[in-house]
Amino acid sequence: MVYKAQSGHPGGSLSCIDILVGLYRSAMRFDPDNPGWGDRDRFVMSKGHASPAVYSILRDVGVLEDSDLDGFRSLGSVCQGHVDRKWTEGVDFSAGSLGMGLSFGLGSALAARLDVSERHTWVLLGDGEIQEGQIWEAAMAASHLEVANLTAIIDRNRIQNDNFVDDQMRVGDVASKFHSFGWNVIEIDGHDMSEIVSALSEAKASDGPTAIVAATVKGKGVSFMEDNPAFHGAAPNDEQYAEAMEELS
Amino acid sequence: MTGISEPGASRDGYGDALLDLSSDERVVVLEADLGKSTKSCHFRAKYPNRTFCLGIAEQNMALVGAGLAEAGKIPFASTFAIFSERAFEQFRNGIARTGLVVHLCGSHGGMHTGQDGSSAQSTEDLGIFRTLPGMTVMHPCDRNSARSLTRNLLSHEYPSYTRTARNKTREIYSEEEADNLEIGVASELRAGEDATIIACGVMVERSLDAAEELSHRGIEVRVVDMHTLKPIDKDAILRAAKTGAIVTAEDHSVIGGLGSAVAEILSEECPTRMKMVGVRDKFGESGSPEEIMNKMGLTSDNIVQRVIELVQKPGRT
Ligand SMILES: Cc1ncc(C[n+]2csc(CCOP(=O)(O)OP(=O)(O)O)c2C)c(N)n1
Repeated sequence: MVYKAQSGHPGGSLSCIDILVGLYRSAMRFDPDNPGWGDRDRFVMSKGHASPAVYSILRDVGVLEDSDLDGFRSLGSVCQGHVDRKWTEGVDFSAGSLGMGLSFGLGSALAARLDVSERHTWVLLGDGEIQEGQIWEAAMAASHLEVANLTAIIDRNRIQNDNFVDDQMRVGDVASKFHSFGWNVIEIDGHDMSEIVSALSEAKASDGPTAIVAATVKGKGVSFMEDNPAFHGAAPNDEQYAEAMEELS
Repeated sequence: MTGISEPGASRDGYGDALLDLSSDERVVVLEADLGKSTKSCHFRAKYPNRTFCLGIAEQNMALVGAGLAEAGKIPFASTFAIFSERAFEQFRNGIARTGLVVHLCGSHGGMHTGQDGSSAQSTEDLGIFRTLPGMTVMHPCDRNSARSLTRNLLSHEYPSYTRTARNKTREIYSEEEADNLEIGVASELRAGEDATIIACGVMVERSLDAAEELSHRGIEVRVVDMHTLKPIDKDAILRAAKTGAIVTAEDHSVIGGLGSAVAEILSEECPTRMKMVGVRDKFGESGSPEEIMNKMGLTSDNIVQRVIELVQKPGRT
């Protein structure tokens, strides 16, 4: 997708794709034949530039088709540059401006509580993204309002746009931060499927908001992208594309 | 005055200007994880001690700027145009209202930014910052003018918002021509008495193309680069009114932007027939810059059409 469009964000898509697989294949209440089902779990991709990961999983579960993915970032495509609920079936939140998704997720969770529904809300956040103050406004509110049906997953890939998170603006001990805001916290290897699946089910069962801090590798699976800040928002060239496809297959 | 193209984007001009200004120790640079994109990264590389990287936190960046300004520094902060909007209230209450001078630059403005899609295509920024008392608002059209106007901010006594563009545009001003630009003084890029096109930013090159096309059809239009939307050059607008017809052109919503600013002057001082080329109350979408500009009606053809509609209208003196 990113290669074809020659623009987009490969690094942060690859770092969270295992988590999305865990969500859609095990945790989420979601019907691919009826993606708009009102009582489905909600998934909020707050770091909206990781749209290729979302489109890939929606393709995988059968909501989107290959031809949809081929249009990524081109005029009129259902696969917009940043995830957009008005354009893509199966997308719950329109993102692109970082720091907004957790508040939206809190709203979804509160609505489910009002509806006396079992549905759960899952929010995926970037570790650079949590530098936004609004994240912490939502974090405080979620524990104050005692929402049990909200889970935030932090894609702790340690890289943001300009550079490594530690060089740009340290976010420190993310687990203790969420803990001090009154959240249950689970720390996992975000590329270990059994850890992902068990954390998701533990989060769903918990009696308060849960933060899953997932240690990940930006650009996972493609050696020259792994842990490389240059592939935050850059497309691979012909050679790199061939090499990446080889490594991923 | 139209130069031969030496392509560059206006955001590069911002990056050049920060380096030009670096000899003044009061100059400090603030970033919110987009320095590579807004081009403040070049200043950062040379002057890490005077660059503050504040993470993805635009609201914080605005007020950190205010604190630095209060102590006599001259802060230049940048992010994408769209995310400058996130710090709007901070700018209003913490900067414009308090009389502190912080300069904010929003790059990747407008539909021109293309593929990232509607979440990144700010078409409100100029309008909202224009509403703040005492705020200077600029949208230069090329690299050299962005460089020169940003340099002029060094001695500017008001806070400012400058929108730059992500993509290359052709050179409109040579370096020498750009050196003569002044904040608040529009520049006439082409003479003409049949009508006037008043444009800003990436629409300036399109306006020059439109003027060329119109000239082939026997209509000679003046083209004015209104690089400063506020304080706006009232005299240039009133002079344009004498041509009897005005078309404004902006990669921005017609609600609140350049068209509105020009109409505000004309309706009070000298009612003149005008048309606006700009975004018509719509969000954009992903696509190449050219495709989106076409779809939104932001092409030189659109400008040509609007001019023709005005000059052909019967009853015009
Ligand atoms: C409010 C806001 N500011 C700036 C940006 C520009 N931007 C896009 S992605 C990005 C870095 C994101 O880093 P992170 O959250 O760690 O995501 P990941 O590394 O997982 O891709 C930035 C600064 C944005 N999209 N939104």
